[in-house]
This record gives sequence, structure tokens and C-alpha cells, in this order.
Amino acid sequence: MKRRIDKENQYESSVIISYLILMFIGYLAIFSTQYDGTFSIFDLSTNYGKQLMWIGVSGIIFIIILGLDTNLIKNFSYLFYIVILLLLASVFIIGAATNGNLNWIDLGFMKLQPSEFAKLATAVALARFLDNPDVRFNNKKHRLTSFIIVAIPMGIILAQGDAGSALVFLGFIFVFNREGLGNWVIYLGLYLITISLFALVMDKFLLITAVVILFSLILIYIYVILPKQKGVVALVVGAMLLSIAYVVAVDTVFHSVLKQHQQDRINIILGKLEDNKGVGYNLAQSKIAIGSGGPIGKGFLQGTQTRYDFVPEMTTDFIFCSIAEQWGFMGSIVIVGLFVVLLQRLVTMADRQRTAFGRVYILSIVSIILIHFLVNIGMTIGLLPVIGIPLPFISYGGSSLLSFSIMIAIAIKIDSERMMTS
Amino acid sequence: MIQRESKSGMLKAVIYIVALILLIKLFSIQIVDNSYKLMAKNNVIKKMTVYPSRGLILDRNGKVIVSNDAVYDIDVQYNLLSKYPLDTNKFCELLNVSSEFVSKRLEEIKRMSPNRPAPLIKLVEPSTFAGFQEHLFEFPAVSYTTRTVRAYPYKGAAHVLGYLGEATKEKIDNSNGYYEMGDYVGVTGLESYYEEYLRGEKGFTYQIVDVHGRSQGIYKDGKEDMQPVAGYDIITSLDIDLQTYGEELMQNKLGSIVAIEPSSGEVLAYVSSPAYDPNLLTGRYRGKNYMKLSRNPLKPLINRPISATYPPGSTFKIPSALVIFDHNIHSPDWSYQCRGAYFAKGVRVRCHGVHFLPDVVSALKQSCNSYSCTIFNDMVMSPTLGTPEQAYNKWRNGIMSFGFGHQLGIDMVGEKSGNVPSADYYNRIYGKGRWKANTIISIAIGQGEVLSTPLQLANMVAAVSNDGVYYTPSLIKYITKSKKLYQPVKESHEANVRKEFFPYIKEAMAETVRSGTARGSKSNDFDFAAKTGTAQNPHGKDHSIFIAYAPLDHPKIAVAVIVENGGFGATYAGPISSLMIEKYLNDTISSKRLYLQERMFNANLTPTHEEKN
Repeated sequence: MKRRIDKENQYESSVIISYLILMFIGYLAIFSTQYDGTFSIFDLSTNYGKQLMWIGVSGIIFIIILGLDTNLIKNFSYLFYIVILLLLASVFIIGAATNGNLNWIDLGFMKLQPSEFAKLATAVALARFLDNPDVRFNNKKHRLTSFIIVAIPMGIILAQGDAGSALVFLGFIFVFNREGLGNWVIYLGLYLITISLFALVMDKFLLITAVVILFSLILIYIYVILPKQKGVVALVVGAMLLSIAYVVAVDTVFHSVLKQHQQDRINIILGKLEDNKGVGYNLAQSKIAIGSGGPIGKGFLQGTQTRYDFVPEMTTDFIFCSIAEQWGFMGSIVIVGLFVVLLQRLVTMADRQRTAFGRVYILSIVSIILIHFLVNIGMTIGLLPVIGIPLPFISYGGSSLLSFSIMIAIAIKIDSERMMTS
Repeated sequence: MIQRESKSGMLKAVIYIVALILLIKLFSIQIVDNSYKLMAKNNVIKKMTVYPSRGLILDRNGKVIVSNDAVYDIDVQYNLLSKYPLDTNKFCELLNVSSEFVSKRLEEIKRMSPNRPAPLIKLVEPSTFAGFQEHLFEFPAVSYTTRTVRAYPYKGAAHVLGYLGEATKEKIDNSNGYYEMGDYVGVTGLESYYEEYLRGEKGFTYQIVDVHGRSQGIYKDGKEDMQPVAGYDIITSLDIDLQTYGEELMQNKLGSIVAIEPSSGEVLAYVSSPAYDPNLLTGRYRGKNYMKLSRNPLKPLINRPISATYPPGSTFKIPSALVIFDHNIHSPDWSYQCRGAYFAKGVRVRCHGVHFLPDVVSALKQSCNSYSCTIFNDMVMSPTLGTPEQAYNKWRNGIMSFGFGHQLGIDMVGEKSGNVPSADYYNRIYGKGRWKANTIISIAIGQGEVLSTPLQLANMVAAVSNDGVYYTPSLIKYITKSKKLYQPVKESHEANVRKEFFPYIKEAMAETVRSGTARGSKSNDFDFAAKTGTAQNPHGKDHSIFIAYAPLDHPKIAVAVIVENGGFGATYAGPISSLMIEKYLNDTISSKRLYLQERMFNANLTPTHEEKN
């Protein structure tokens, strides 16, 4: 550390600028879907009016956080985590259901979605835990504790039927990988995803035959190259048996555990089901809106599909349609580009942290935002099943915007103080 | 530190890969694939049908007998009802419907098409609609569509004109995409037969709509719209005054009147009784009225002139005599002594009395059964014509050349062929070679298995009046569009009888009126020719039949009347025929015959009426 920073607070401007632009684009997109010829900028009866209010609130809280002591954040992280867990649990008692998922608490002035804040709380709690000098990720006990910190909120949210938000917690795998969980976790994940996809589209017995042939080839290969390695042979045979069991399990879970509408969503993505009026309606309309945007879009306020209500949930989960329809592929590049800049800068920031707290925290929010970004846009263009999670900074919604703003604010704050801590 | 520095590359790579995958897919649907643009257009642009005005129907003198009236469909968009609830009480009161009906319809609309305006109450008449329109703003989920329905100022000719109904699924499937759910098409009568001329061509406008189907403007300022083309008008052969007069004469009686212009085959009047007011089958109460009509025991919906068949009775003696003369069995001036009945081995056909008949004229004017049976027997048993079977077939072919036993081909659906039994039929019953003329003698006087429609009788008398030549009966004179007339081709036919015999028969028919069985219907103001008939009815009183034409030279009208349960032909069918002829030729009924007209108007022969008495 030869470089000495004179200025006390050095804020990472590229992250802040990307964040502000994304928020501004979000506001314009929400405005465009609701604009009906007359508008008043602070009209709180409209979604764009409310979003503007939340942008203001977020800004104030952002500045307050920059003024806080980082240690304060660190010290309150467990408390925050426990409060959020309690709030999550209380949704079972006082929650309101939306889209069949139970995930709101009506506070009167706003509808609080604890699941939005649970991601933030998990990030700070995990960072705090791994920041402890006595904690070593290589230690099996500590590793298990880390998993449990992530698994508890994930489990509660899943129990509330919000599979989309629960899925986001899988992003923490990137953090664990960074903290010493081997790459094999990711390779195994990829292998399982691939085999799951095949299990859903292919006949079960055909796939099992294919697996057996694949592993037999590997065995022959091993036998020729590395004779007399009994351990390796046992490993390969074991992997083969596990794969077959997994194929059967995926098939069983898909048909017995998943509800019909969830099966339908997956089948539409896999191309096994064509249904533009029923379950596939949202996706079909979403793709029409995006596709009809063409290279440069139809122009601001000229998006027919999003303006005339063809795309459902168009200010929240499907907000990307509005952008892609009005500004076309150019707009898509801008949005994707802004997220890439934001995420890459955050990873760079994580790498330069001197504390485990800063590093783990920033990587956690990178993972969370990355999953949101991939799943949200992926679903609007039909790459992924329709899973209702918002596009960070852009989708309409107070809880979501506030939660993501705080995530960024804390990252900026931690990063700005990285040279000051011992 | 350094170790960890290298590890972040994994996450950075993942971010780039995710971005790349998303951009590739976005590139493919936004730039490569053009189909989404078309789909977006289909989403937003709604093709709205503009209905053409259906062709009018006029009578032969240019009087409009079917016109179009504006009515209104009251539509509701179900998904707007949660935002703008319907004040059902007020709504029902204004439109004069029951709340049960409205809630039932709303359930259907919820199921079928909740996202766009769907008809809640169809075909509301202008008087009711005017009152409702003032309150329309109170029902934001409700809108209306203007439609047209048929109106019948003369309230007559229901069976000729037919009615409209909503296109059935079968009709829609077979229309090459022309018809859609809710379209009206001709179901019976001329409306059905000339549907393709009357309906015109639909037009279209393209509108920009939101997901709820609410209009947001006109697409491209209407440049791609297509104007509807009005249907062809039809000028029918009917004389509407004669038609309604006939319906009046037939009121409270079952039966038919068919009047034909012999020189063209054009049908001048086509009465099926009981008739009904065609206005009953238009408008919003159409369904209810249809149910009522279809349940009426007198069956007013039956199209009797072409679908009811009766034994032709003594009117059949005319074609029979002509065919027999044509085969040189007897000449028209062959004389005959009737002894009060036709006697043969095991057969006895009664006649009205004992009379000497010097020729066919006196035989027919008195409608002598013995004479007709004798000449029929002489032909069928004539050795010059082969076996009885061969001879009978020759007689049958002659009879059928007058239009009996097969469809005449009138421009209306549902025509029956009637029946002239074939030799095969008799062979099946009696055995081949085991029947003779006397076995089947009742056919000689138009009784037994022989059946004819009223139209066939009218056609036969038209043919006789025209010396054997007749035209396929037709209900239309012209189809017209923007002052151009299109005349359908008139197909002519000729009975297989030499022309030389017709004067005798025509003289016999004229004498029938002057001093024969039809003398009760004679008028001092005009001459006409006729033949009475009585169809034996195993179920009740005999049917009264009468055929006639006038004037004697260059006939303008040939008419056949059947009054069910009317007894002798001269009793009811005769006076009605003569009044029809007088009305057509003179336009009015002379004061001396008004008593006859009154008697016909007031006669009630319906079965229910007789039971009451």
C-alpha cells in the first residue's frame, strides 16, 4: 500500500453514475407506460409520481448512509438480519398476497416487502460473520454456519411461495466460491442444470441410457490411460449412479412437486408448450413488445404494446419491455452496458477491499444484482421461465428501489473508507 | 491478497457471459426476427367489420316489401365492470329487460369474451334505444353498435321472403371465411336462396385499440379501410296486393294459393295459410316469437305451397284426358253414357248421377268419374300399347310431363316432388303382371297414392292454359344493382301432348264455370276457366281444390287453391280462386260479389275452431 489517499472520502463515481442513470431510465420507462396526454410530475396517484418520490427518499437515505460510520453498519448487521427474519416470518400472520405469493406487509403508507430487504440483510450478516478474524471459511463448521445464514431467509421466502426471490439467494454461491469454495461447485452446478434441462425435454429412459453410455466411455478411457486406479473407477461409477438418480428425481419433482402453472411456465420456455393466450400470454406479449422495438425503437411515448396495456405487469417485472420497445436494440445495449459497468466496477471494488467485511458484502450485492439482471431480462425475452423479480433500480416499487439503493450506498461507503481502517 | 485477486476473474467472466447471452437473444428478436413487428401490429390494429346494407326486396310493381330498419346492440365490456359497476335496476328498466336475463348474459360474456365489447342485449328497437341513449353516459362499460334488421311494411308473404337468423357454425365453416359469429344470414325463403346477392360485401375499418379493445384512433387515417358494398335488390314476381288479398281470403283456414303468370312462370301470389306476420321474426323478440310459432298446432311455419302434398282429385282428370287423347285411345268427341257409377269386376267408382256425355267437354264440366275411369281403363288395357305395365308407363310419362311427380325447380328450398306411382311400385304391391287398370283405377280420378303440391297444380293449369308450354316457376323477376337489371334465364318446358287437344279441354274448363261444377263462382264481369277437385282425406273432412285461369284468350293468371277440410272444390277453393282472378285482372272486387268476399273472409275452418263448435 504505497498509495496514500489524501482525501478522506473517495467515492466510486462510475458506480454512482451508472446507478443514477439506471434509476432515471426507470422513471422515464414507468412514465411512458402511464402517460395519457396530461401529467403532473408529483402526482402521487400515478406510479411515476410515486416512483419519483421513492427516488427522492432513496437519495436522502443514500446521503445519510454516506454520513454514517461503517462500524455502525457492521455492528448493527446481526440485529438488522434478525429483525428482517422476524418481519419475514410475520408476513405469514399479517401479510398480503400478491400474484398468489404471500410477501407484503401493509404499513399504511407503503407496502413493505421484507423479501426485498432480506437480501441486503443476508449480505451484511454474512459479511459480518466472515469478517471475524477467528472465522475461517475452510473450517467445516464455519462454512456450514455461512450456508445457514443464507439458507434461513431463502427457506422462509420459498415457503411463502416466492420462488423468484428465493432463487436470488443462489447467487451467494459466487461469494462462497470467492471465499474458498472450489470451482467444482460451479461446474457441478452447470452439470446439474444441463442434465436437468435434458431430463425435462428428453424421455427419461433415453436420457438414462445416454448417461450410462457417456460414463462407460469415460470408464473405458480411464481404463486405457490409467489402469489399476480402483478409486477412480469407483468414483466414476458412483457419479453415474448419482446422475441416474438425479434424472429420476428431477422428473419426479417436476411432475409431482411443481404446481401445474409452474410446470406450464417451464414447458413454454422449453418450447414443449405453445400457448399465447393462457400461461404464455405474458411472455408472448413481452416478446412482441421487445421484438417490435427493432434496432432503434419506436421512440419515446410511441410504444404501442406497452402503452396500450398489452404487456402485463409492465411497470414492475416487465419494465424492460417498455425500454426495449421505445428505444429498440440500442436501448437494450445501453441497459445491459450500464449493468455490466456497474457490476464490473463493483467486483473491482470488492477486490481492493482490505477487510473481509467489505469484500464479502460487495461480492454479495454483485451476486444479488447479477441474478436479478439475468433472471428479469432473461424472462422477458423467453430465455428463462416467467419468474417475478424486479429489474434493479428500474422496476417500479418502493421496497425494491430502496433496498437496492441502500445496497449501493453501503458499498460506496465501505469502499470510500477502505484506506482508513487498520 | 494476490491469490484472491486472481479468483475474481471467474465472477467478471460470468458477468460478461450473462451480458453476451442476453444481447445475442435481444439481437435475434429485435433485429433478426421481423415477425414480432407484424404481431405487434395485429395486437394494436383491430379490423372492424362495417356491415353492408342488405338488398331490398320489391314486388313486381316496384313496391318495397322488405326494407331495412336500424336497431341497436347494447354491448358491455365485462372487464370494465369492476371499475364501473352496472346499475342493473336502472339498466333493466331503461331497456325493458329482466335482471335475470342480464345476469345470465353477463355470465356468458364473462366466460366467452370478457376483454372486449360483447352484445348484452341485441336488436333494441329505436324507440327504446332513444330513451336509453340519454342515459348512456351513466354506464361507462356499456357501448352500442348500430345494426339493421328487416322490416316488412305489408306484413305479408312471410313464406316467400323467409327470415334471417344468426349464422350457424356449419354455415360459418362453409363460407370461406365470409361469415363470422353473430352475422345474420337468410335461413329460409328468398332471403336464403338469394343470400349471396342480398348480403352485399362487408367493408372494414382499421382502428388502433388498447388491450381492452377500446378504440384509440383510426389507423393510417383510414387509408387502408374498405367500404362495404350494398347487396343487390330483388324484384320479386309477387304482386303484393294480390298476395295480401290472398292471405286475407285464407285467414282462419289451412291451405295454399299459388298464382302463376302462364306466359312466364312468374309466381304472382304464394299464400301458405296460416300465415304469420314476418315482422315477428325480426328484432329482439325473434327467438321468443319463433318458439311460439313453432309450437302452434296449426304449424304456420310450414311452407305449404311446396311442401304439403295432397291427392289432386278431379283436377287430375285434365292431364289424364289429354295424355289419353294423345295416345289415340279416344278422341275428344267420343260420347259416353254414365250409369251413375263406373262398374268393373270388383270395382265400383260412384258418380254424381246418370248422364249422357256427348264429348269430353260435358264429361269434364260435370266431372264425371265414370268417363275418366273408362278412358283410363281403355288406355292401360289397350293391346296397341303393349302390356298394362307398358301402357301405364306411357300414361305416367305423359302425366309427369305436366310437372307432376318431380320437383319443378322453383327458387326456394324444400320443394317436395309429389308422387305419381311407378309401375314398379304396383309390381311390388300386386306382383308383376298381376295388376290391371281396374286394380289402380282410383288414380284416374286423382285419388289414391297420387300426390301433388299446390305449386304443381298451379303449374299444370298454367301449362294447360298455354297449350302445354310452361316455364319453371320463379319467384323473382329481376335482380338489380345500381339501376342495372339482371333477368334470370327462364327455362321453358312442354307437356308431351299434341297441341290439337288443348282447345277441347280449355272449352271444357270454361264450360265448367259457365254451367258446370264451378258455376257457383262465376262472375258476370269476366270469364274464366276452371276445374274443381276434392281430395279425399282419411283424417277428416275432404280438402277443397280448385284450379283456374283467366282470361280465356291470352291468359294472364293461372291459380290453384287448396282449402284443407273445405269439402267440395266449389265450396271454398272456387270462390277464393275467382276472387283472386278478379282482384288481379280488375284490381277491385265488384260490389255484386262483395258478399262472396265477406263469406270467404269470415269462414273459419281451422281444426281448433271446429272442435269448439
